[in-house]
Amino acid sequence: MEFFKQTKTINFMGKSKIAIAVSIVLVLISWGILAAKGLNYGIDFAGGTIVQVKYEGAAPIDTVRDTLATNPLYEGAQITEFGSPEEIIIRLKTSSKDVQSDMGDVTREALKGTGSFEVRRVDIVGPKVGGELREKGVMAMLLAILGILIYVAVRFEWRFAVASIAALIHDVSIALGAISLFAIDVNLDVLAALLTLLGYSLNDTIIVFDRIREGVTASKSIELADVINESVTKTLSRTTLTSLTTFFVVLTLFMFGGEIIHAFAFTLLVGIIVGTYSSIFVASPILMWFGFNVGNYRTKLAEAARRRAEKEKMRAMYEQGTV
Amino acid sequence: MKLNFRVLVFAAAILFGVVFSIPSLLQTDKGTKITLGLDLQGGLHMLLGVKTEEAVSSRLKAIASGINHFSEREEVLIDGLTADDESVRFTLLDNDDAPAMDKMLAGIEGSKVVHDGESYHVSLTPEAVLKTQKQAVDQAIETIRNRLDQFGLAEPTVARQGVDNILVELPGIKSAEEEQRARELISRAAKLELMAVDEERKMRAYTMTSAEAARFGDVVLPDAEKAGGKYLVREIPILDGSMLTDAQVAFNQNNQPVINFSLNSEGAQIFGDFTGKNVGNHLAIVLDGQVYSAPVINERIGGGHGQISGNYTVEQAQDLAIALRSGALLAPIFMLEKRSVGPSLGADSIQASLIALIGGFVLVFAFMIVYYKMAGIIANIALVANLFLIIAVMAMFGATLTLPGMAGIVLTVGMAVDANVIISERIRELLYQGVSIHKAIEEGYANAMRAILDANITTLIAAIVLYVYGTGAIKGFAITISIGILASMLTAILGTHGIYEMLESRIAKSKNVSFWFGVSNKKAAA
Repeated sequence: MEFFKQTKTINFMGKSKIAIAVSIVLVLISWGILAAKGLNYGIDFAGGTIVQVKYEGAAPIDTVRDTLATNPLYEGAQITEFGSPEEIIIRLKTSSKDVQSDMGDVTREALKGTGSFEVRRVDIVGPKVGGELREKGVMAMLLAILGILIYVAVRFEWRFAVASIAALIHDVSIALGAISLFAIDVNLDVLAALLTLLGYSLNDTIIVFDRIREGVTASKSIELADVINESVTKTLSRTTLTSLTTFFVVLTLFMFGGEIIHAFAFTLLVGIIVGTYSSIFVASPILMWFGFNVGNYRTKLAEAARRRAEKEKMRAMYEQGTV
Repeated sequence: MKLNFRVLVFAAAILFGVVFSIPSLLQTDKGTKITLGLDLQGGLHMLLGVKTEEAVSSRLKAIASGINHFSEREEVLIDGLTADDESVRFTLLDNDDAPAMDKMLAGIEGSKVVHDGESYHVSLTPEAVLKTQKQAVDQAIETIRNRLDQFGLAEPTVARQGVDNILVELPGIKSAEEEQRARELISRAAKLELMAVDEERKMRAYTMTSAEAARFGDVVLPDAEKAGGKYLVREIPILDGSMLTDAQVAFNQNNQPVINFSLNSEGAQIFGDFTGKNVGNHLAIVLDGQVYSAPVINERIGGGHGQISGNYTVEQAQDLAIALRSGALLAPIFMLEKRSVGPSLGADSIQASLIALIGGFVLVFAFMIVYYKMAGIIANIALVANLFLIIAVMAMFGATLTLPGMAGIVLTVGMAVDANVIISERIRELLYQGVSIHKAIEEGYANAMRAILDANITTLIAAIVLYVYGTGAIKGFAITISIGILASMLTAILGTHGIYEMLESRIAKSKNVSFWFGVSNKKAAA
């Protein structure tokens, strides 16, 4: 079975203007949403308390709200359904430093008489820890980008590195926009998803770039646009296939992985779609803008090959003892 | 059909993977297993902070106790001995005693003595303060570990995190009561102090403010048993729990649980001296700032034994004895972060992630076979081997499987076939160009290698950064992703290549590339 018959090269670059325009609009909208709504930091980054309660049968959420509304300890608490009608989650902005007393016990006491339930999870994160985790998260993002940038620059050329980072920023921006739009709680798992997305989106981009690098030396054309079109066409079935398999598994995670994995899977789901699109339509045109010159690159590669050959010759001469 | 080194390596990898993952998969008793993270098996995770400044002030208090004891033993007359958070102050009444006093003070480690005339001012050097703070954290870790070991839980973890934080992990806590007990045991200061009741002013215990009490060198402490009860005791304790050598639960004549404690020789000496001099007075037995009892001293108590009686259950008495035996916390601890997961939630999470894993696996499996036919089946063999390898390597290192880690494995399933997709696409391309089967396979692998390496190394960079900066569960995710990537390089590149080499002559004979690579025979006339 085949999706794409590789009979003729598809002219991607001809449509690159439209694609880039779409991308810019999407990124701007994402930034707009981020500016307007901001990120909904969960307790990992903002500090606070969550208590997850499971009832036998449907949770009497209104009763719970009324019961807790009269209790000063639960001032400003958000009470929402969690994953299924049986479960609710109580979110508080405060966190207690006391090791002896516990919000889980307090909640058990407070909800007495609302039905038969069990407290399944209590997470308390102090403000100090939240702040540290936030710092670490930003650090991790920046370091990952920097590490990747250096690697790509060494393996390819600086223009490739810049283009791949531009594609990354594009992907992460749109993913963050979606997270903000759907008011997803940003916790450590979302950070992990974003970092995975970095690796994943780049993986796609690099496969395309690798082909471009190959095409630069092998293609009949000296026009970069032609080389890119050929390369993207050749990698199209692989890009689609891998994205599809990954999309499938993330979709199963999203559907069946339970509520706790939800935010993680959602972020990746958006990321895979955007990442695939960007490695085809965003990364390559940027390469063109930076004035990557096929002719020059060929000369450079040829020069490197010549130097290697010369070294080999010298070494051979030394080894045979003739100088 | 001939064996080659690639297939042999691949077979060895599969064998290793299966053998080492059996204990984890079948939960056998023998062999190293993957441990389930707290989020999957349920349990309690806490990050604790230590109030190190309190350790410094109790060190100063201990110095004051020492000075007090010295002055009584050597009959050096002093007055107005007080200790606060920064220093100990007192006045020497007789200047002739100054050389003896100075010699004694010089013997106190890390002390800085300033005195103008007869008023003394003893504080700690900055180095001594730092050392005391570090000791407080070290001692807290040690103490908590001791207490938890005696509590009888399965594999508690107590470790330092950062400079002055303590990470406590208790897997397998099954109930709220159990958690409550563990938390109390961990956080209990268990600071035992024997203090002298201020006989002169004890009648004013109920009316005196703490500021007024401080002027007399006293403190007002609440009664542990009687609500609203108060005692007025001398601020500087006679001795504290650091001189305790043992604490055991016993029963008194009313069959009430009591705790018998023993003191070391120094403590026994001080205790004997004090009780000998104070027959007829009251001795307050103070635990964590509450007076448990204040019996009258009938005679000199030698031998260094004492008893704490109180109104508690056998279980409480046992926990208290554990806490006393394992030593007091020099400084109080407080909660920075706590995550507790009930066992039922953990089981739900395992079930949900298994469904996702199996679902994703079946989808990818079917997809590869439909798209690539035989090549897809070969890729699937590599994928299964990859899964076994991940589990085996994790088990070998005794790594912890967390919920994000499960997600990482699921994600690896999606990404691991990627290498084979790239390779198969390359082989197809070459077949279209009409090269021989042998050449298509060899060159297909050669061409794909560079791309696969580059793509995987960048993902690995992201995973390593996650590992370095992540905490707990996220680290688990980074580990599984990294192992998955490395394993997929072995299985998908080396393993499948070996299989093709083995089958090459068959593929060439069959002439049916459609069956082998899922491409149409017409176009690829080999």
